[in-house]
Amino acid sequence: MATTAPYSAPTAETAAHLDEIWHTPHTLYGRLATVDHKIIGIRYLVTSFVFLILGGLEAAIMRAQLAQPNLHLLSAEAYNQIFTMHGTTMIIWYAAPILSGFSNYLWPLLFGSRDMALPRINALSYWLFLFSGIFLYSSAFVGQMPDRGWFAYAPMTELRYSPALNMDFYALGILFITISTTVGSINFVVTMLKMRAPGMSINRMPIMAWSTATISLMALFALPSLSAACVFLFFDRRLAMHFFDSTQGGSPLLWQHLFWIFGHPWVYIVVLPAMGMASMIIPTFCRRPLAGYGYVVMSTIMTGLIGFGVWVHHMFATGLPPMAMSFFSAASLTIVIPSAVTVFAWIATLWDSKPVMRTPMLFLLGFVLLFVIGGVSGVMTAALPFDWQLTDTYFVVAHIHYVLVGINLFPVVAAVYYWFPKMTGRMMSERLGRWNFWVMFIGFNLGFFPMHISGLLGMPRRIYTYSGGLGWDAANMISSIGAYVFAIGVLLFLINVIKSRRDGAIAGDNPWDASTLEWSVPSPPPEYNFLVIPTVRSRDPLWEDRLALPERSSVREGPTLTEGRETLATTPLDAELARVLHMPEDTLIPLVLALVMLVLFYGLLLRAWWLAGVALFGAYVVINIWLWPKRHAPLSEEG
Amino acid sequence: MRIVTSRGRRTRGLGPLAAVLVAWSAFACAGSPSPMRPGSEPASQLANLGWLLTIVGSIVIVIIAVLLLVPGIRGWRAGRAGAIPPVHSGDGERWIVIGGIAIPLVILIGVFAVTAATLSKTSHPPTRARFMIEITGRQWWWEVRYPSPDPQQTFVTANEIHIPVGEPIALRVKSADVIHSFWVPQLQGKIDVIPGQTNTFWIRADSAGVYRGQCAEYCGIQHAHMALQVVAQPRAQFESWVAQQRAPAPAPTDSLASAGRDAFEHQACALCHAIQGTGAHGKMGPDLTHVASRLMLAAGTIPNTPGHLAGWIMNSQTIKPGNDMPQMYLDGASLHAITAYLATLH
Repeated sequence: MATTAPYSAPTAETAAHLDEIWHTPHTLYGRLATVDHKIIGIRYLVTSFVFLILGGLEAAIMRAQLAQPNLHLLSAEAYNQIFTMHGTTMIIWYAAPILSGFSNYLWPLLFGSRDMALPRINALSYWLFLFSGIFLYSSAFVGQMPDRGWFAYAPMTELRYSPALNMDFYALGILFITISTTVGSINFVVTMLKMRAPGMSINRMPIMAWSTATISLMALFALPSLSAACVFLFFDRRLAMHFFDSTQGGSPLLWQHLFWIFGHPWVYIVVLPAMGMASMIIPTFCRRPLAGYGYVVMSTIMTGLIGFGVWVHHMFATGLPPMAMSFFSAASLTIVIPSAVTVFAWIATLWDSKPVMRTPMLFLLGFVLLFVIGGVSGVMTAALPFDWQLTDTYFVVAHIHYVLVGINLFPVVAAVYYWFPKMTGRMMSERLGRWNFWVMFIGFNLGFFPMHISGLLGMPRRIYTYSGGLGWDAANMISSIGAYVFAIGVLLFLINVIKSRRDGAIAGDNPWDASTLEWSVPSPPPEYNFLVIPTVRSRDPLWEDRLALPERSSVREGPTLTEGRETLATTPLDAELARVLHMPEDTLIPLVLALVMLVLFYGLLLRAWWLAGVALFGAYVVINIWLWPKRHAPLSEEG
Repeated sequence: MRIVTSRGRRTRGLGPLAAVLVAWSAFACAGSPSPMRPGSEPASQLANLGWLLTIVGSIVIVIIAVLLLVPGIRGWRAGRAGAIPPVHSGDGERWIVIGGIAIPLVILIGVFAVTAATLSKTSHPPTRARFMIEITGRQWWWEVRYPSPDPQQTFVTANEIHIPVGEPIALRVKSADVIHSFWVPQLQGKIDVIPGQTNTFWIRADSAGVYRGQCAEYCGIQHAHMALQVVAQPRAQFESWVAQQRAPAPAPTDSLASAGRDAFEHQACALCHAIQGTGAHGKMGPDLTHVASRLMLAAGTIPNTPGHLAGWIMNSQTIKPGNDMPQMYLDGASLHAITAYLATLH
């Protein structure tokens, strides 16, 4: 076994040699061809944040329009486009990719590996994400942004009711990004199963690995439903088919089922990895391992499973039989249990500690509270008869924002504060961080709590204006003020990132004195991540002495693998050494394939079938080049 | 703010409830179409369920907030003292089993029981519905049909539903175009209005009054302006309203109204609107036979006054941009006459 083989400590020469092997030149070619998971991860983070800002600006415009009754800053048409883009951008182009960014950056570092299992697929998934976003937003330049809501209920999306390109951008843009998410998810699943350092058996994985692996599997089952729906929609619109057209025997509810079979699992997909990050950060600041690791893992998986059995709670008012709906109501209540287990695992971790109250902890305590508020309003909407009053009102707007901002954005900001030192080598400003938290937290609650009330006062969602005298004025004004305070909070965050990157305090390898493998390497990590592939003997390799654990991991001695770009593959459960993997070199192929796909989607959009045909053939050629066997690389990896 | 229980008693709440109620009364106003100001027995069942969930949920939130704040403050104090505590092992499974599994399980089973009870009480009317109304959602207004076995007795109106107080009324809702959702918050929950599908539903009002409803499912550019009024009135008044609606339009009694009728029949108006008893038989827009009897115009967008009516005829695209009523080019005299005529259609 590898772990018993005697390794001498690596020398400076080994490091220099590894540098040479793994180095990506800082040239245009190098930047476009890199397959380094750290660069791709940071690109994911930055790009997702750009989408967050776009979606945020859209929200700011909406809140200006709704600040008072009967305002006409926007036309009805513009408002409808903007609220549709806000939802679509935030849920599909921000909330999931930002978490992919963290996972991409962190996974090999958490696992003691030198890269993801499929580095070129990783690059491909990023380029597809970027180009699909550009594709979606190019609709703004022709003034035909999607305008039927991010949920795009048929038949309003059919050509008869929506003759311009708006919903073609939607259907094709989403189809485009599902390819990115699908290949990315496959990469996470394979990486989780094969790429953990020797000894990191499955019960020693950090929680974040469990959660991202769970959601990757969920995505692989949920996304085909969305892709099918979007293909059907495009066929209906441009090839005169009738999947959703009741006048020709189609069914509008088919869209809703397909959409929500994707849509509700997606909610968990965009929160579970964030919860996983919280489960890593809270123990660091509580100075103890997470309470109830096994419970949290089981909860994560249970959430992933039950998440597929609740989609009908989006359709409680469609006239389905009450008995059938009661099942979904019960399932929607049941899913509270795993969430409660996780919350109490955090509370148990906090309760016998004196948590170090740095900025990430502030955001995480805020996050848990928002999570619970969002959970309570979720239970209220799960109660079938009361949902008949709540659905499609501002109460649900409040609920989803407590869930999505609370359980996604707050932990994401915490995670940036936490891992920024690893990514850049510099600490973020604590002083600005505290301001950042309080402004965001107060702004958020000021903005979104009153929406519960406007909903309970009977205000429906997705209206571009409203009359006075219905009791909605005060709640809306407060929401608008809160939204702008919240925006200032986000701005403070961006300022802190930019400022700290330039002149933050130097971080060192392990500024938080954390327990996991990523903190055993320099900040920022070298391109090859680990000078030696570690051998893991516990969940907290860097705390073993202090926790007086029976065995010791080895992070300073181990195989160095200097024959080329190499890392270790291990067995899925016990992480026993399986073999040495040869990792791919930098290559432009993923970028070229993504560009060809971009052409394909524009061809479909413009119904230039010949262009789409050429692009499809191009994709076939590029994939063949990608997969062409290489004579001198008998151990080539599968990516 | 008052909580109506099934027997109409007031119930007392706890601390968190008081806070909720203070916040609530600060916002709620008399004109608000709030589901928490029920005007019917089924809506108060729903509101009671809502209040119960709000109370239980508020207690949960407060307890969790305390559980987070206590260690947070402890840690903050320790941090001010400058100490970083050493790493320690710890457990806490008891927290998880009790707080994360046992207590939520008890609460959720209770919530489900109450939910199921409310469901069985509200999904069917306690007595047979007295009659049925057909409601068709259209972009962006509501067609309301009171069918009768005798076709002569069937009549159609728009954006205003009259019902007798205290009687369960069956509704059949369908769509002429896209998905809408029929919602009168103070009387009942929502029911989606889906093309190719007829959903059945029931409402009842237990006190007389006008209840505002609004389309709750995003249905296109003017989703924001697709409201309706439910007028609940005592049986006798309701019956006289029905008799009035069944009659054809009253004949004009003066020359101005008469000129208005002629203009209506010969201008574009009659292509889309019907007025029973005249030559106007259009089917696209709302039936205007008794338009003057309605409270609001343009699906709850503007009050029904002669001034607003004239404004609507000339500028419907400014008032409700994107609606199907085209820009009209009427000379002043025709507009004046048509407005005067429509104002006589009680």
